[in-house]
Amino acid sequence: MEYAIIHNNALIHLDEIPKLNYDAFFELNTGLVRDHPERHCVSYFGYRSDNSLRLICCIADDNSCEIFVSSCQVSCRQQLEAMTSRALCFERYEREIHENFGIAYLNHPWLKPVRYPFNRADRSQAIAGYPFYAIDSDELHEVGVGPIHAGVIEPGHFRFICKGEQILHLEIQLGYQHRGVEELFLRRKKLLQRVTLAENIAGDTVAGHTVAFSQVWESLSGMEIPRDILFSRTLALELERMAIHTGDLAALCTDVAYQLGNAVYGRLRTPLVNFFQEWGGNRLAKGLIRPGRNTFPFTEQLASRLKTVLDTYEPDFEEMSRMLFRLPGTLSRFERTGVVSTEDLLSIGAVGMSARMGGLNRDIRSSHPSLLYETLGHQPVIKHHGDVLSRVLLRRDEIRQSMQYLRQLIQQVPAVSPETEVPVSLQPGMFALSLVEGWRGEICHCAITRPDGELAHYKIKDPSFHNWMALALSVRNNEISDFPICNKSFNLSYCGHDL
Amino acid sequence: MLSFLLIVIAALFFTGIINRTKSIFSGRKGPGIFQPLKDVMRLFRKESIYSDTTSFIFRLAPSVYFSSVVMAMLVVPFGQSKGLISFSGDFIFFAYVLALGKFFNIIGALDTGSSFEGMGASREALYSMFAEPAFFVLIGSLALLTGYTSFHEIFAAFHLGSPISYALAVLAAFVIGMLMMIENSRMPFDDPKTHLELTMVHEVMILDYSGFDLGLILSAGMLKFAVYGAMIVNLFIGIFPYQYAIPMFFAIQAGAAIITGGIESFMARFRMSHNVQFIFALTSVSLLIFFGALLILGKFS
Repeated sequence: MEYAIIHNNALIHLDEIPKLNYDAFFELNTGLVRDHPERHCVSYFGYRSDNSLRLICCIADDNSCEIFVSSCQVSCRQQLEAMTSRALCFERYEREIHENFGIAYLNHPWLKPVRYPFNRADRSQAIAGYPFYAIDSDELHEVGVGPIHAGVIEPGHFRFICKGEQILHLEIQLGYQHRGVEELFLRRKKLLQRVTLAENIAGDTVAGHTVAFSQVWESLSGMEIPRDILFSRTLALELERMAIHTGDLAALCTDVAYQLGNAVYGRLRTPLVNFFQEWGGNRLAKGLIRPGRNTFPFTEQLASRLKTVLDTYEPDFEEMSRMLFRLPGTLSRFERTGVVSTEDLLSIGAVGMSARMGGLNRDIRSSHPSLLYETLGHQPVIKHHGDVLSRVLLRRDEIRQSMQYLRQLIQQVPAVSPETEVPVSLQPGMFALSLVEGWRGEICHCAITRPDGELAHYKIKDPSFHNWMALALSVRNNEISDFPICNKSFNLSYCGHDL
Repeated sequence: MLSFLLIVIAALFFTGIINRTKSIFSGRKGPGIFQPLKDVMRLFRKESIYSDTTSFIFRLAPSVYFSSVVMAMLVVPFGQSKGLISFSGDFIFFAYVLALGKFFNIIGALDTGSSFEGMGASREALYSMFAEPAFFVLIGSLALLTGYTSFHEIFAAFHLGSPISYALAVLAAFVIGMLMMIENSRMPFDDPKTHLELTMVHEVMILDYSGFDLGLILSAGMLKFAVYGAMIVNLFIGIFPYQYAIPMFFAIQAGAAIITGGIESFMARFRMSHNVQFIFALTSVSLLIFFGALLILGKFS
């Protein structure tokens, strides 16, 4: 076998992952994804072992629920043929490996820095000297936006090349939010410190990242998870999805200057996040999810409260959505704006919402289900036009779907299981992988343990990692004044990308 | 003199009413009606900060812009009372003195060298260019209908001929109302509340102004609203006596402000490329008024 087959949240001994030479590794992984729309790369990273670099590539197959893991031992001074030359979805992974370890890739079309990490291979490069794609023309002009964003959200620099009002090219430079999260996971030894780190990978995906971390931790320590914890996590993920989608709808209304929509959706979001406060003491669900423990059991009282919250939410949400999707003004702004083709989404390996809005069925909840999603029988919502309207409609439909799941779940609140001891030591020499469908898309956490049971490497992949490229493609040939709604309709994470 | 005073009074509360309407429609309590005025007063007490890349043009622009609006105000009449200045052909003076102010606003924005402000300036120039024919065809038709060429005489004689002219006045009010939105960069052409530089038109041009200069620009905007409101009032009041005309003036001004607030609450903004189409379509509405004027004059029989 050239690769090991694992399932979501599974554990595999490091020695069981086949070590190939780079040529075989290259052929295997590019061959796996090329012409296979059901497969995509969920994680590809390198870590130092035995004075050389071990590359690990995980390709997920959505039809068979399998993840193909293969590896390859290379030296940092080696020159390697870029897999990007065959399959574009490896583009950012290879840039990351190049930046972190200094591997020189041949035939990589866009070998630029990703995020300027503090422990990068080439310290002489600084974020101020990013090599932007430039033009030399009297007809075209460049517009630079950021890194300070107009809405004082997160920092990122956008460089447009425009012909008048029309965007020809957009290059997105990130890295301003880099905190060294992956490195901190290794340095902080306490579980509480690590789970707090996971909560803060991206402030809007607290439930998503914490569930991914907890699942990795639990499979590494060999814990069985009782149903009440799975229940709480599913509930938290769906509630987070609803809350963030509602907030996004409000923000999209702001961007087309539709005040009513902004006011109503904004008001609707508040009771949802307040319910998190009621449940776990924090509006962003921080502290709610802990590996192996049910810190805030979901009670019958909370279930009836959630039912009231949903019952008051639903009529207003439906009324507002009817108005929003009947108003010619908003429709004319959303329709056929920021279109990304299915082929492009496929080639860049888009995941989550950004894939589903363009006709690509990528949803971990149905393809690699964990938690209670199998019992819910999840069917992903798919839109086909790839424009802003598709992304807005996708949000509306996913909110409805999540609402239905929440109602279904709280009909049967499982009894609280007795608290079990969380093991402090992890199984040595293991590789663990967890995939979670956060509201934005597929979150992938991978961990590798040393022979002494300590973490050797921790790798995080936020869906934004792939999807920023989808934004850059979507704005081509659009008016520059439509960039804000394109950006907001993707609502990607800066800090989730920069780590 | 009367029109000057009335316009200044109307300007004091116009933007306040818009903001208050918007806040009520969105379920907020909202700021008081005089909040925009208080903001301007606060800005007048503050110092202006200038960027190193700007020249004297940038400093000159707000004053020229403000004084152009005040000059335009002078020729606006009120029913049977003349404006402070009135001469034949004063509507041309009105249009181009406003254009002069806008020109300085645009070159002031270009002076900063910012790519955003350049974009905003080019958009504003484009819109003004397309809005100009609508204004001239409109006032030209009224001049043709009445046989006079000064604002005061046109408006005084507008309804003397036949009551059908009120139908034309409604069309004209629509055109002037839309010009008011364009000139003041309001919805659905521009969103004064947006924080996104890439979508701004007027707001992005004044990004670099601060303190006293910003106060001048904002107060010029408030005056401009009332000036266009006064034009709409003039279309209807004709030679009504003052005891009816003055309440009508304030009612129409307040109504215009509330309608503006309503538009900004319940409509989305146009796509940038549709703005030009829409503005150009205003000219065809003006042409309707032109044909109406020809009909009334019996040119087709």
